[in-house]
Amino acid sequence: MHIPDGFLDAKTWLGAAALSGAAVGYGLKKTGEALQDRQIPVLGVLGAFIFAAQMVNFPVGGGTSGHLLGAALATALLGPWSATLILTTVLIIQAIFFADGGITALGANVLNMAVIAPMAAHCVYRLLGGVRPLSVFLGSWCSVIAAATATALELALAGAVPLPAVLTAMVGWHLLIGIGEGLVTCAVVAFVSRSGLLPSASPYENGEGKIA
Amino acid sequence: MTSTDRHQPKAKVMILLLVALAVAALLSPWASSSPDGLERVAEDLGFMYLAEGAPLLEGWMPDYLFPGLPHEGLATSLAGVIGTLVTLGATWGLGKLITLPRR
Repeated sequence: MHIPDGFLDAKTWLGAAALSGAAVGYGLKKTGEALQDRQIPVLGVLGAFIFAAQMVNFPVGGGTSGHLLGAALATALLGPWSATLILTTVLIIQAIFFADGGITALGANVLNMAVIAPMAAHCVYRLLGGVRPLSVFLGSWCSVIAAATATALELALAGAVPLPAVLTAMVGWHLLIGIGEGLVTCAVVAFVSRSGLLPSASPYENGEGKIA
Repeated sequence: MTSTDRHQPKAKVMILLLVALAVAALLSPWASSSPDGLERVAEDLGFMYLAEGAPLLEGWMPDYLFPGLPHEGLATSLAGVIGTLVTLGATWGLGKLITLPRR
């Protein structure tokens, strides 16, 4: 759901850029304080994996496709603020090197996919008390719906399209895309935890704290 | 590789990197070319025209195709591998950078 240049007016993309700028700044501070040294390689390879996975669009029927967002995945393994930094980095690289997502819309894309999506997943993991298959599936699904809802709100705020129409259409398609997100995220989280690839416990295993 | 090497977190984490590179190189050329959710909505609701005209930034590899390669699958694979490695470097470097102040 990368918004291209032209969909948003100046007030909307400037507003979104200000909000996401503040969130990324906070994420840099929070992660800098809490990230363990041995988690740094995980941050790197998770970024690499999410970039690669975002390239692989899967069909969801009706001539539409979706791709992994990865926000719920990064949140499950490293916490929401690390996820914000990973997704922001991926979105910047996509915008600069691959013209995927407009450079003016970068702030909005970061807000939707790198700030709101990890927050939605984080809330679900907290609410359901951990990272288990059901919470990972629901967290992934909610992260996609939340990002799609935010995208619809921005498009309506920018005057590109009336809110009821765009909200129904965006949420409708992403209900399906979210299922793909949930399945892929569950599979990867299971693979990572079973193979012992992660040099530390999940940020949700020990209750409070460790949310980098 | 000694027996202690197998327990090095970095070595284990590299398995996920190999998976990422395999996805970028082997799966990306098979990605669905159907519009994604937002593109579909923009087409259906008739606001796709707003994005017409050149993007403000053309990008080095627009549409995830490495420029100058005649074979589309190969161009996608190469763009995917480069993007994956650039993202690896950027996120790993960022992790090092933000944890510097507390040293």
